[in-house]
Order: sequence, then structure tokens, then C-alpha cells
Amino acid sequence: MVTVGSVDPAPLRADLVIEYPFTRTTGPVVGAFMTGLRDGRIVGSRRADGRVFVPPAEVDPETGDAIVDMVEVSSAGVVETWTWVDPPRPGSPWEVPHGLALIRMDGADTPMLHGVLVDSVDDMATGMRVEAVWRDERVGHITDLVGFAPEGTDTKVELAAGETALTVGAAVAGEPVRSIRTPIRLEYDFIPSAAAQEYLRAYADKRILGNRSPVDGAVFVPPRGVDPRHGVEATEMVDLADTGHVGNFCVTHLPIPGRSDLPTPYVSAWIHLDGADIGFLGLVSGCDLDDVRIGMRVRAVWKPDDELGATAENVRYWEPTGEPDVPVEQAGNQAWSAKGSPDA
Amino acid sequence: MREVAVVSSAIHQVKALTLTTDVQLMVPLINEARDAVGLTQADIGFTCSGSSDFLAGQGFSFVQTLDAVGAFPPIAESHVEMDGAFALYEAWVKLQIGEVDIALVYSYGKSSPGSRRDVLAVQLDPYAVAPLWPDAHSVAALQARLLLESGAVTVEELAAIAVRSQRNAVGNPNALRASPDITVDDVLAGAVVADPLRASDLAAEADGGCVVVLAAGDRARDLCERPVWIRGIDHRIDAHGLGVRDLTLAASAALAAGKAAERAGFAADAVDVAELHAASTAQAHVLATAMGLGGTTSGNGVRIDPSGGSLAADTLMAAGLVRIAEAARWVSGGDADRALAHASSGPCLQQNMVCLLEGE
Repeated sequence: MVTVGSVDPAPLRADLVIEYPFTRTTGPVVGAFMTGLRDGRIVGSRRADGRVFVPPAEVDPETGDAIVDMVEVSSAGVVETWTWVDPPRPGSPWEVPHGLALIRMDGADTPMLHGVLVDSVDDMATGMRVEAVWRDERVGHITDLVGFAPEGTDTKVELAAGETALTVGAAVAGEPVRSIRTPIRLEYDFIPSAAAQEYLRAYADKRILGNRSPVDGAVFVPPRGVDPRHGVEATEMVDLADTGHVGNFCVTHLPIPGRSDLPTPYVSAWIHLDGADIGFLGLVSGCDLDDVRIGMRVRAVWKPDDELGATAENVRYWEPTGEPDVPVEQAGNQAWSAKGSPDA
Repeated sequence: MREVAVVSSAIHQVKALTLTTDVQLMVPLINEARDAVGLTQADIGFTCSGSSDFLAGQGFSFVQTLDAVGAFPPIAESHVEMDGAFALYEAWVKLQIGEVDIALVYSYGKSSPGSRRDVLAVQLDPYAVAPLWPDAHSVAALQARLLLESGAVTVEELAAIAVRSQRNAVGNPNALRASPDITVDDVLAGAVVADPLRASDLAAEADGGCVVVLAAGDRARDLCERPVWIRGIDHRIDAHGLGVRDLTLAASAALAAGKAAERAGFAADAVDVAELHAASTAQAHVLATAMGLGGTTSGNGVRIDPSGGSLAADTLMAAGLVRIAEAARWVSGGDADRALAHASSGPCLQQNMVCLLEGE
């Protein structure tokens, strides 16, 4: 059993940012709404009984029937319900505290969500009359509306110059809006598991750790704290050699972003460490591509000592040792069969 | 219909699972639920899970979590990007088909690495609503104000729901917010965080997971002393848009309750306890009214949220399944003969499931 000294008690963590830079097709109904916004008008859809939906519904939400036609409604209306957002939410178009309300436009039968531009929560009230505050330059997007202000106040508020405002597809005046940009950005504070923390910290000492299964002794790398075949915890850490063999490989012709030191084509491979029963991903270099083969013996090429950190990137790549190959029939995953797993 | 029962469950909810992965969370829980009825994965005919990749910030993260089951040799399984209650529904259907006798259902959510209230904005209409990033607290507040100003409920009554949850949660190891002696005045003294809602009106965000084992017919009777039979289960959905439905009602909850009652042979309010999946005190009121459980605090003799409900600990993607597990525990332990468990999905109670349970 190996224990790793807690040199740095604070857990390793990393920002994890997920972005979905979607461009969405509007279709004719939502497109008419967006086109209207670009032109400084609010447009809804009308169903057979005359009820008007704003924002427009593509089909009647209650019956599923097709919508009859599109109609323009007033740019002024009444607040049906509201809340106060302070501080403003990240990602929202507003940089200052603001109201958020369901607002029913005059001529509409359903309310739409948008911001209310007042200075204080004390200025908010259900039933208050508000009117649209338009952005000067409009592109066919919900943020063409800066928000709504109490009627007659002639409010001017600038929206945050965020991505939404700047990157919306340039709609051509006169042409209907056919697509909109709706970028989504989600930020996470990613903290690896305790097993992964140990694994990453050990890399700083040029050590590679695995987890040993309590069921049959099979060793898994990277350690995830479980034996996935049996659904049991695997807490024992073992030191693994930094030598092994190629279990499988692939010649890749696309560059890896941030690895300018790695000319293409290169070889990515499942590296089966001596003492481990499954492979993990690594790069093979230091030989001709044509020489790489299943069963080839390899060893880690580590970064210089003064560049080592708590990261698997410490192993720059795996190079041939020149030893005799592991026979093909013995190469590759061992945990699943070769050791006589009870489930095999 | 085939008789299907909850025979075992496991729950774990905490404020944040900082150094624990989804897999490490679920390994002991799945083993606890299987061990309680002497089963191994080889005995289980179907496995179904519910979770969201948005919470992990990682696509197909649910596939990794299958490691916790021990999915080797390969197993028959499925996954829903929904609360685990809806995975339970899929498993219930599978048991009705009759090909399998035992199903394992699990779900989990670890929302603490991100800002959950903002992540939830992504479930709204992506054209006219989501680009404004209305967070979940704000959306809950819009619904609560409509309810208050309709005269259906008062601020004091909402506070009483918060009090009920916190008092009931005492003794529940999976509750995050519990207090034996909190009063309405204490709650009303709290600051408004999303006008008109106070922090105590909003469900306490939790990380966690839940496992339920289902078994059919005599197999269920063999496995445990008192199977908790699913007598009726139904789920219905309302329109997505916040402006196109009456947010003070939960029409789909009323319909699901009625359909479940038809199948069960007893009404939704003919139960001893009811566990509700609500994001706010206002939603708890809307649900109790829609399902005929009576007013805010007492109900028609129905004890609402005896565990504290989702208000006391709300694990995104698991809170609905936790409601079923908690309700079933009241029955299996002999403290209730009949129970109602509710689960919801989508903004402002858009989709609702009602599960009516009865002891052997």
C-alpha cells in the first residue's frame, strides 16, 4: 500500500468551462418574431379562436393545432408578475440590478419574460404599465429589447456588451431573420476525486499509481476508487512501473491544440504498464511510425525535473525500450480474461 | 396489471460531494440497496438510471457511472436524462412487460461544482427566454408572486410550509435543513432573496443519490417482509412556455393524480403520507391543492412531507426518486399503509408524476 504525503493540503482544482456556440434556425414563426424585433415591433401568433401568443407559439400549446396567422401587438403592456434580480446573473444581458417580469403586451393574451428597467425594487409593482426600450442597432434577437420601462419615462439603458450582443448574425434589413446565435457558457469548479488527486500528485514525483481490486487483485490505471467490473470500492493504491507495452495504437494526422512540440502524424496508443491490468492513453514517439506495433515495449519519457507538476502531462510520450516484444496474444487488456476473473 | 413493489432503497444527500465522484457515491448506495434484499447484480433483470450531463459538465457522464453497478458481464440497462423517478417509471413498464422480475433504479446529481440556479436557465425556451438567463430562483419567484397575488395563499402560509418541512426533517439524516423549534416568525424574519421568496422558501440544494429496487409479484414477497406495492403510477406534462399556462395550478399534477388513483383504486388523498417534489414552498402549495391533499399545513389528514420533502434537501435529478424511496419507507416500516410520492421535471412544475403506494 502506497500513501502519498499531503504536501499541499488544498485539493487540486481546475476551471471547467462548457460552451455551446449554437446558431439556431428560427423557422417561419419564431423568425417572424425575431424579424419584428429587428424592425422594432413585437409580433405574436394567433390561433383559431383569436387568442394571441407572445412570444409566438408555433403550434397551439393546448390543442397542437396549427397557428392561424401572425399579428403585431403593442410594444407596451402590463406586468403580470415580477421579481427583483440583485445582483444581476452572470450571462444575463444586464449589468445592474433589474426587475424580471412576465409582461402582457396590449393585444396579447399571454405574457412574455423580460427585464424591467427601474432603479429599485420599490419601483416594481404588479399591474404597472411598461413600454419597450429598444437597442439602437438591432439584429433580430431577444436582446434587441434592452428591456421594459415604466410608460413615459423615456428610459435609456445600455446592455452589457456581451457575446450575445456582439456576435449575433448580421441580419440584412428587409430580409426575414432565419437564424439566431444563442451562445451558452457554463462554468464549473472541477475538483478531482480523492483517488485522482493522489494519482495526479504522484506524477510530480515521476510515479504512476493504480488501484488494486479487492476481488481478484487486478490493477486499474488511472485509479478511480472502484473496480468497475464488480461495482466495489477499490482503495488500495499501488506504484506502477513507467514501462510497459503497446496494447493497441492509431496513427493520427490531426494536431493536438497546445502541443506544438508534437509534429503530425503521431501515434496515440493504449499503454499497458507493467503491473497494470488495463491500458491507458499515451503518445508513442522516438521511432519511425511504421515501427510501432502491438506488443512493442515502451518506457515513459518524462519532462525535465524542473517542469514537473501534479499532472499526467509530465509524461511527454512513450518511447521504445528495444526489448523483445510482448507476444501479441498476451498484449492488451489482462484484467478481463487473462487473470481468470471469476466473471470471465 | 402485474403487481410491482418497492422492496429496498438507499439514499444519501449532503451539501457538497467535493472529493467524491458520482461513481464513488453510487457504489456503496447500490450495494446497500441490493444487500438489503440479498441480491447481486446477476439477479437483476433490468437497470435504469436518471441523471444530467449538464451537472457534471461532461457529456455521456452517465456511462461512467455504470461502473458503480458492476456492469460486467454486460447488463440490460437504460438511462433517462431526467429525475430518477422517471427512470423508475421505465423500469416499472419493463416489469409490466413481464420479461424481468427485478429491476434496479438509481439516480444522482452533483450540482455543487457549478451554479445550479444558472445552469437551470438552459432548460428554458432557447429563443426568447434562455438568452436572458433567468435563474431558477427568479423563475420560482415569478410563480410564487402569481400565487400570492391570486389570494390562494398568504406569505404566512408559505412560511408555515417552510416550518413544516424543517420540523419534519429533524431526524432525517439526509436532510440539510432541519429545526425542531423553528416558527413562522423565525422564517418571516429571514431576508427576501428572490422577491417574494426567502431562502427558506427555496429548496435546499444538495448533492446526492438514491437507489430503489423493484420486484414483481411473489418475488417481491420473497425478498422482504412488507413489499410496498405501486398501486398506481402516472405522469403528465403541461406546455413548456411560462406564459401559456396558469402557473398557480399544476394541471398535469392533478391529471396524473387522477389517473394514478383510477389504477390504484383509491384516491390521491386517501393516503397517510405524501412526499412532494417542490422547488419552493409556493410549488408545494400548488401541488397539494392540485392533488387534492388539502390546504397548506394540515391537509385532509394527510401528513405532507414527513421527511421534510425536497424543500429540506433537493438533489437535482434524484429528488423525485428520493420522494418515492422516502414514501415507501413510511409504508415498509409500518408507519403508514398508503402513501403518495410525487416527482416533477421542467420549469415551474411543467411535468408531474404521481405514484400511489400501498403496503402488503
